[in-house]
Amino acid sequence: MLTGLHHNKATPLSRRSWLAATAGLVMGLAAFTSAKAAEDTIKVGVLHSLSGTMAISETTLKDTILFLIDEQNKKGGVLGKKLEAVVVDPASNWPLFAEKARELITKDKVSVVFGCWTSVSRKSVLPVFKELNSILFYPVQYEGEESERNVFYTGAAPNQQAIPAVDYLMKDEKVKRWVLAGTDYVYPRTTNKILEAYLKSKGVAQEDIMINYTPFGHSDWQTIVADIKKFGSAGKKTAVVSTINGDANVPFYKELGNQGIKATDIPVVAFSVGEEELAGIDTKPLLGHLAAWNYFQSIKTPENEKFIKAWQAYTKNPKRVTNDPMEAHVIGFDMWVKAVEKAKSVDADKVIEALPGTKAPNLTGGISEMLPNHHITKPVFIGEIKADGQFDVVWKTPGLVAGDAWSKELPGSKDLIGDWVTLKCGNYNTVTKKCGGQGS
Amino acid sequence: MLKLFAGFRALALAGLLIAASTLPSLAGPFEDAVGQFANDSFADTEAAVGALASGGNPLALAVISALQDGRLLADPATKQVFIKQADGKIVDANTGASVADVPAQLAAVRLNNRLRRVVDAAMGGLTLVSPDLAKRIQAAQSVFKTHDATMLPLVDGALKKETNAAAKLAFSEARAAILLFKPDASDVEKLEAIATIKSRGDQEALALLTGLSGEQSPVVASGAASAKAAIERNLALWSMVQNAWYGLSLGSVLLLAAIGLAITFGVMGVINMAHGEMVMIGAYVTFVVQETIRTRYPGLFDYSLLIAVPLAFLVAGLIGVVIERSIIRFLYGRPLETLLATWGLSLVLQQAVRTLFGPTNREVGNPTWMSGAFELGQIVITYNRLWILCFTLAVFAILLAMLRYTSLGLEMRAVTQNRRMAASMGIATSRVDALTFGLGSGIAGIAGVALSQIDNVSPNLGQSYIIDSFMVVVFGGVGNLWGTLVGAFTLGIANKFLEPVAGAVLGKIAILVLIILFIQKRPRGLFALKGRAIEA
Repeated sequence: MLTGLHHNKATPLSRRSWLAATAGLVMGLAAFTSAKAAEDTIKVGVLHSLSGTMAISETTLKDTILFLIDEQNKKGGVLGKKLEAVVVDPASNWPLFAEKARELITKDKVSVVFGCWTSVSRKSVLPVFKELNSILFYPVQYEGEESERNVFYTGAAPNQQAIPAVDYLMKDEKVKRWVLAGTDYVYPRTTNKILEAYLKSKGVAQEDIMINYTPFGHSDWQTIVADIKKFGSAGKKTAVVSTINGDANVPFYKELGNQGIKATDIPVVAFSVGEEELAGIDTKPLLGHLAAWNYFQSIKTPENEKFIKAWQAYTKNPKRVTNDPMEAHVIGFDMWVKAVEKAKSVDADKVIEALPGTKAPNLTGGISEMLPNHHITKPVFIGEIKADGQFDVVWKTPGLVAGDAWSKELPGSKDLIGDWVTLKCGNYNTVTKKCGGQGS
Repeated sequence: MLKLFAGFRALALAGLLIAASTLPSLAGPFEDAVGQFANDSFADTEAAVGALASGGNPLALAVISALQDGRLLADPATKQVFIKQADGKIVDANTGASVADVPAQLAAVRLNNRLRRVVDAAMGGLTLVSPDLAKRIQAAQSVFKTHDATMLPLVDGALKKETNAAAKLAFSEARAAILLFKPDASDVEKLEAIATIKSRGDQEALALLTGLSGEQSPVVASGAASAKAAIERNLALWSMVQNAWYGLSLGSVLLLAAIGLAITFGVMGVINMAHGEMVMIGAYVTFVVQETIRTRYPGLFDYSLLIAVPLAFLVAGLIGVVIERSIIRFLYGRPLETLLATWGLSLVLQQAVRTLFGPTNREVGNPTWMSGAFELGQIVITYNRLWILCFTLAVFAILLAMLRYTSLGLEMRAVTQNRRMAASMGIATSRVDALTFGLGSGIAGIAGVALSQIDNVSPNLGQSYIIDSFMVVVFGGVGNLWGTLVGAFTLGIANKFLEPVAGAVLGKIAILVLIILFIQKRPRGLFALKGRAIEA
């Protein structure tokens, strides 16, 4: 009852205040650019929430783009022009993402946008980017089942994170029983659907899979942790695959620690817990629990050490951590710069054409490449949580893994591919040889 | 085991011979094994642990326990291995002698989960006869889990020597686990083992029996099945107790979050959407107190919460008074405007905290007396939940006493019941309003101290509690503290009994629907105020 009340009342209020705020921002920018002659710079849009629930994760990504622009400008910018960031705050409000995206493209005339975290925010801006033909770089691991002409996905698809993690547990930890625990929204639901299909294809019986969803920000984990403990005492090695997102993780891990579930008994592998999230927890009871990512701060390569040093100097915080979506932005930004230089223009059509095939070094010693389906190649690492809140890499894929836009595990999407180079289609059905096949 | 010892002797002899023939190298099997730790390979580390555990060298225990705690250091360049002792001294792992010049490039030997299990099992074998009682019991538990048949002579020996009852029980359970899985144990032995495991009766006993392979004689198989059924029945009973405890614990959290709102909304009638932010401010006060203690007086850490409680009350209370004086007092009798203003205020407070402390979670540690858990029968009770329950009841009792027995409480009740009459009796109603709002906010601040122990300390902390708090107050009956108490515990227990059946998401929805239906029937909640007072 009360939820409805404050939504109805609050949204117009906050929207109005946002309009006022952005009007001010636009006027300020207009004044600024007219004084500098508008054609001097290339504008880069940053569409990350700086307030609201997602600010916890997205603020760092805004800082990352500002840092990368700063570094690029020190090297002389792109095409002889300086880059200029246009930062907006969509305030963790999904419809506002679309409004802000429209504003960035039409009013601020940005050449590219780096932004979004949750899948629902990405889905909300998609029509805007299609209609106005602009470019979005999306840096977060997501559920896949999408390939759009205007979007470049630099985070992991399920086959670059979830599937290798399950493979590791199956082979190295000999796990036979699986708990798939997630927050109740599109990313965990789709990922768990893919994982369930994958596990069954590997001969795991239905009664050895327990699926559990919790609301956003769930804080009372007593029952669920006790259930997991019970499920794990059936005489078979059990593991938890966690797609629990955001704030709910801290109380979840605290409850695990308090109820004495150790990683040696029931390991938890998480897809949304990184260095930033662990910064808010006492990690000693979590020793040995796992996370699967394409990048860890603790990976020792010259590129990574150089990046961490420069980042900590830029943020003037010697303890500031780095994480996987940040690396995705580093790769995406580098690819965009290279594509613009190749196209000799910031025109969206030319850059979209130039991007597939572009290569950029990632921070873990490999060279990532933009694929025709607008996903990239990445290595996959499994890390164990250490007492200092960092990860110790215990396993990695031998080479880079190409991102699948469409999962091969789901019946609805196993025949689909995305190819924007030769087929010019995001959902080409390889069986019926038609574009526009059924997605899930 | 004896065979292994003999093998070791032979190996040691061979090692000595080799060592003698290739002087000055002094490598024996122990030194070889220790040397493998420096290779930074999980396979080599596992082999080395195995060699040490069966080697019988007295130094092995020190090396493996150092490995377990991450105190075993290796120099990747020279392949030397060192132990960092508890006092920070570095000694050579081969000899136990202290080292004069420590290489700079030392890195801890890495472990993964599989290795940790190997190490735990090895430690179990090595500490079965440890003089420390807790370690012996822990060792017996790890043998119970691994039920490695080679451990049987060791366990038997330890059981004979043992005098402590608890350790004796643990050893006999470990022995039963080994016998149950030993292929050549007789049916009589196995049935005895099943009886011992059945009397243990917990999840792990059940796991052990479930894990028993199908190839057993009919007697053993039926014995195991009936023991399993008995344990399952017993556990099902305990799970009811467990649900009730979880319900109480959730109820205490709800009550704690709602109790401040029961004052500002329940007693004063202010729809205070910024209530959650007062809770959040209390949590941040805890963070600041802990941070100060960490940097200045690390010895006081266990008292940090006790220091934070009065401070959080003062800070949140003061902010409450300021809010009442500057905003709310102009909006009395205009609920819609109050709602909007306090909602806006909550956004302002959130963003202010976000700007001051950053958007990410802040770490608030649990003092030692609030971490961990103890077992009561077959349920696990975590200390932090238990303390929060006690704390909530204490806060509730103090608040109730305050309203009843202090002059401020009397004035508060007078003003809420009939403002004009109270004013004509000489009560400064506007001062009482400010103090009442301050009191409600201060109590929300105290709630923040407790909630920082189980939830994240982030600017969004308050948002997750505001809806639940309103639900509790409305359900319990506006204006009645006892109603809030009963409402909170009812909702908590109902939620926890629904959750295992319906899942967390559906359970929450079901609770909401039930409350809506209940409010239709009784619009004033569980304990409605009666008489003329409510019409004023």
